[in-house]
Amino acid sequence: MDMQIALLLGQDGITNGAIYALLALALVLVFAVTRVIFIPQGEFVTLGALTLANLQAGKTPGTIWLLLGAGAAIAVIDCTISLRTGTIRRIPRILLWSVAYPCGTALLLFLVNPAELPMLAQVVLSLMLIMPLGPMIYRLAFQPVAEASVLVLLIVSVAVHLTLVGLGLLFFGAEGSRTLAFSDATFKFGSILMSGQTVLVLASSALLIAALFWFFERTLYGKALRATAINRTGARLMGISTVMAGRLSFLLAAMIGALSGILIAPIATIYYDTGFLIGLKGFVGAIVGGLASYPVAAAGALLVGLLEAYSSFWASAFKEVLVFTLIIPVLMWRSLTTHHVEQDE
Amino acid sequence: MKRRYLILVGFLVLIALGPLILPEFYVTLLNYIGLYAIVALGLVLLTGVGGLTSFGQAAFVGLGAYSTAYLTTASELPVWMAPFGASPWLALLVGLALTAMVALLLGALTLRLSGHYLPLGTIAWGISIYFLFGNLEFLGGHTGITGIPSLSVLGLEVRYGREFYYLIWAMLLVAVWLTQNLLDSREGRAIRALKGGTLMAEAMGVDTARSKTVIFLIAALYACLSGWLYAHLQRFVNPTPFGLHIGIEYLFMAVLGGAAHVWGALLGAGVITILKQWLQDLLPKIFGSSGNFEVIVFGVMMVLMLQRARDGLWPILAKLIPDSAGDRERSSVPHADPLPKKPLLQASEQLLEAKDVVKEFGGLVASNNMSFSVRSGEVLALIGPNGAGKSTMFNCISGVDPATSGKIFFRGEPVEKLNSREIARLGMSRTFQHVRLLPTMSVLENVAIGAHLRGSRGVLSALLHLERAEEQRLKAEAARQIERVGLKEHMFDQAGSLPLGKQRILEIARALAADPVLLLLDEPAAGLRYLEKQALADLLRRLRAEGMGILLVEHDVDFVMGLADRVVVMEFGEKIAEGLPEQVRQDPAVLEAYLGGVE
Repeated sequence: MDMQIALLLGQDGITNGAIYALLALALVLVFAVTRVIFIPQGEFVTLGALTLANLQAGKTPGTIWLLLGAGAAIAVIDCTISLRTGTIRRIPRILLWSVAYPCGTALLLFLVNPAELPMLAQVVLSLMLIMPLGPMIYRLAFQPVAEASVLVLLIVSVAVHLTLVGLGLLFFGAEGSRTLAFSDATFKFGSILMSGQTVLVLASSALLIAALFWFFERTLYGKALRATAINRTGARLMGISTVMAGRLSFLLAAMIGALSGILIAPIATIYYDTGFLIGLKGFVGAIVGGLASYPVAAAGALLVGLLEAYSSFWASAFKEVLVFTLIIPVLMWRSLTTHHVEQDE
Repeated sequence: MKRRYLILVGFLVLIALGPLILPEFYVTLLNYIGLYAIVALGLVLLTGVGGLTSFGQAAFVGLGAYSTAYLTTASELPVWMAPFGASPWLALLVGLALTAMVALLLGALTLRLSGHYLPLGTIAWGISIYFLFGNLEFLGGHTGITGIPSLSVLGLEVRYGREFYYLIWAMLLVAVWLTQNLLDSREGRAIRALKGGTLMAEAMGVDTARSKTVIFLIAALYACLSGWLYAHLQRFVNPTPFGLHIGIEYLFMAVLGGAAHVWGALLGAGVITILKQWLQDLLPKIFGSSGNFEVIVFGVMMVLMLQRARDGLWPILAKLIPDSAGDRERSSVPHADPLPKKPLLQASEQLLEAKDVVKEFGGLVASNNMSFSVRSGEVLALIGPNGAGKSTMFNCISGVDPATSGKIFFRGEPVEKLNSREIARLGMSRTFQHVRLLPTMSVLENVAIGAHLRGSRGVLSALLHLERAEEQRLKAEAARQIERVGLKEHMFDQAGSLPLGKQRILEIARALAADPVLLLLDEPAAGLRYLEKQALADLLRRLRAEGMGILLVEHDVDFVMGLADRVVVMEFGEKIAEGLPEQVRQDPAVLEAYLGGVE
C-alpha cells in the first residue's frame, strides 16, 4: 500500500464513516428518548435511496403505498379511540396527518413527472414521502407498548425491521439501484483528489450534526427531548408529552436515515436489504458510545468507516467480520469499566 | 391433573405413530418442526424465563452443523483433529465444545452490562459467523459442504427422514424434560428470579451473573445440537440457514409460542414452520413475484402479538384445560427433615457494628459519620423523617450500594468491601422497602428463593433431578417459615395476588428462610392493619427471644416504641439521637426533627 492508496482508502472510510456517524446519532437519540433500540434505522436509508432512484427513473415509488396504508391504519385506530373516549375534536387533526397528507402527496406524484423535476425537488419529494413514516411507525408499533421493557421494545423493533425489509423487496424488487451523482466536480487539496460527492457527504453530515446540536441546545422541543431522555417521569410531570417526544425522535431518525440514503445512493448500489448492514455499522458506533454519548458514538462510527475501508483492501472477503468483531474489544472495555447498578424501571 | 396427563400421553402416542401413517411431506415438515423446537426451547429458557435474549441462535446452529460437516467430510484433517472425524458423535462433542467457548466468551463480555448488550452482541456474532462461513475456503464458501455421512445410533443406521424423525423427536423430548427439571429446582428458581431484577436475587445469595451464563450456555448448546442433527439429516450444509434472519425467526417462534413455557417452544416452532410453508406458496402468487414476503406477515404478526398477547399462544391454549400448576402442589405441603442451622448465638453477642459510615452520591452526603451497633437478641430501630438516609444506610450495610468510607463489621469481620451475596452468606438477610417478589410464582417458591444458600446441588443434578432430597428439604423449610409468619393459607397462591401488607410479611418469611442471625427489615409494618401489626410485633418478639438481632427501619412510631430495645434517630444523614425508646421520645433534637422546632 502506498501513500496514494492509503489516502484514497482514508477518504472512502471517512465518507462512509460520516454516514454511519449520522445513523449512530439517530440511534442514540431514539434509544435515549424512547428506550427503543431502533434496528429499522437502516431501512430508512434503503427507503430514502430507492425512493429517490425510483423518482429519477420516472416510476412511482412503492413507499407511497406504505404512507397511504400506514396513514389509513392510524386513521382507523385513532378515530375509533376518539369516538370511544368522546374527544371528537381531535378527529380533524388526525385525518389531516393520516389521510389528507398521504393523499395529497400521492396526488402530487400523480400530477408531476418526477423524473423531470430538478434534483433538489426530487430529494425534497423523497423526504416528504419518508419522513412521516417515522412517527407513523412509532404510533403503530411502539406507542402501544411504550412502557414495556427494553427487551420487548427490542423484539418489536426487530419485527418492524423484518416487515420493512419485506416491503422493500415488494416495492423495489431484488435489483439494486444507484441514483444520479449530485455533482461531477472534483477538488484537489495538495496531492489529494476529492470527488464532489465526497465533499457533499462530508459537508451535509457536518451541517446536519450542527443543526441537531442547535436543535437540542437552543430550541424548546430539543430541550424537551433531552429532558425526556434524562427522566421520563420527570419530563411528564413538567408537561412534556412522552408520546410527542417519541414521535419527534422517530421523525428525526427517519429524516436522518432518509438523508443518509440519499447521500450515499450515488456512490454505492443500494439493494432492498442493504440498509440493514449500514444501520448495524451505525450501531457499532453507537455502542462505542455506550448508546448514550453523542460525540463518542460519532467518533466510533468514523472508526468503523475507516476500519471497513482499510480491511476491504487487505482482506476484502472478511471486512464485515472485522467490522462486527470490533465490538468485542468495545464490549470488553465497557464491561470492565461500567459498574452497573440496577435501578427500578 | 389427570386430563393433562391424558393429553400428554395422547400427544406422545401421536408423535410415535406419526411416521407410520403420514406421507413423506408431513414427516419432513415434522422433522423441521422438531429441529426448530429444540432451538426455540433454549430461547424459552433464555428469553421467557430469564428475561435475556439472543438473535444469534442460528449462528450456534451453524456452528454445530459446520463442525460435524467439516470433521466428517474433510479428506485431510490436521493430525490432532483427525480422531474427531472418525464419528459424527465425536464431531458433536467438538461442536458442543466450540459452542460453549463462544457462548462463554459472549456471555463474559455482555452479561455484566445492561440487558440489551447481549442481544446486540449476538447480532454482531450472528452476522460475523454468517460471513465467515461464506468466505472460508475450507468450509466450502457459499456453496457449502456436501457428502456428510448418515448417523448411526447403537449400531443402527439412521438414513431416511422417517428414521431421523424418531431421533429428532426423542432428542427434543429429552431436552424438554431436562429444561422442565431445571426450572423446577433450586437453580431454576434462581434463574426465574432474574426477571425480577438482580437486586433481590443477589441479596438472597444468587450469583445472577452465573445464572445468566448458565441459561445462555444451555440455549447455545441446544442450538448446536439442532445444527448437528440438521447437518446429518440434510447431508449438506451451506451458510443460508444460519443467517441473522433465521436467528430472528427462532426468537419469533419462542415469543409466539409463549416464551415462558417449555411447550410454547414446540407450539411456536410448529405454527411458524407451517405458516411459512403456506405463505411461501401463497404470497408470491398474490404479489406476482418471488421473494421471502412471509417476513412481512411475520413482522406484523409479532408486533400485534407483543401488543395484545405478550405471553404468547401457549397460555391461551392452556387456559382451555383448567389445571394450574398450583393445584398440583396444593395437595401436598412439603415435609422433610429440617436443614442444618447455623450454631446458636451467644446471648448479647455483638452482631453488627457500623463505624463512621459515609455515603456520598456525587456532592450529596446521604449518610455522614453514622455509627451504631446491633447485638443478638436485640431490636434496634432506625427512625427519622423522609429522606434522612435510613434506606441508604441499609444499602451500605447489606452490600447493595457500598459506603464511600467508614467501617462495617458483621460478627467481627469487616464487610464494607463485600457484595450483597457474600454478606448474605455470613448470615444477614433483608427485606425491601419496595416489595421485590416474583408475582407469578407461588408464595412457597418465593420463600424458597430465600433458602438458596442453604442448598448446594448444581445445574447438572438439577437437569437430571438428582437433587430431589435436597429440594424437598428446601421446600419444607420454606413451608415452615410461611407457617411461622402466618401465611399458611396462602402457601400456593401467586405472590402477586396477596395484598401489599401480606407481601411484606412474605418478604420476612423469605429472609427467615436464609437462617439469618441478623434480620434487616425495611418498613415491614407499612400497609398493615392494626391486628396484622400486632401479629408482626409478636413474631419479631419471638425471633428476638430466639437470639436473633433485628435492625428495623420504620415510620410507625407507636410500632417502634412498643417493640424496639434501642432507637437511633437520623436526620439529614446524621445521627441526632440514640438511646432507649423513652429517652429518645423526650429528646429535644428529635422533637424538633419530627415536629419542627421553635424559631
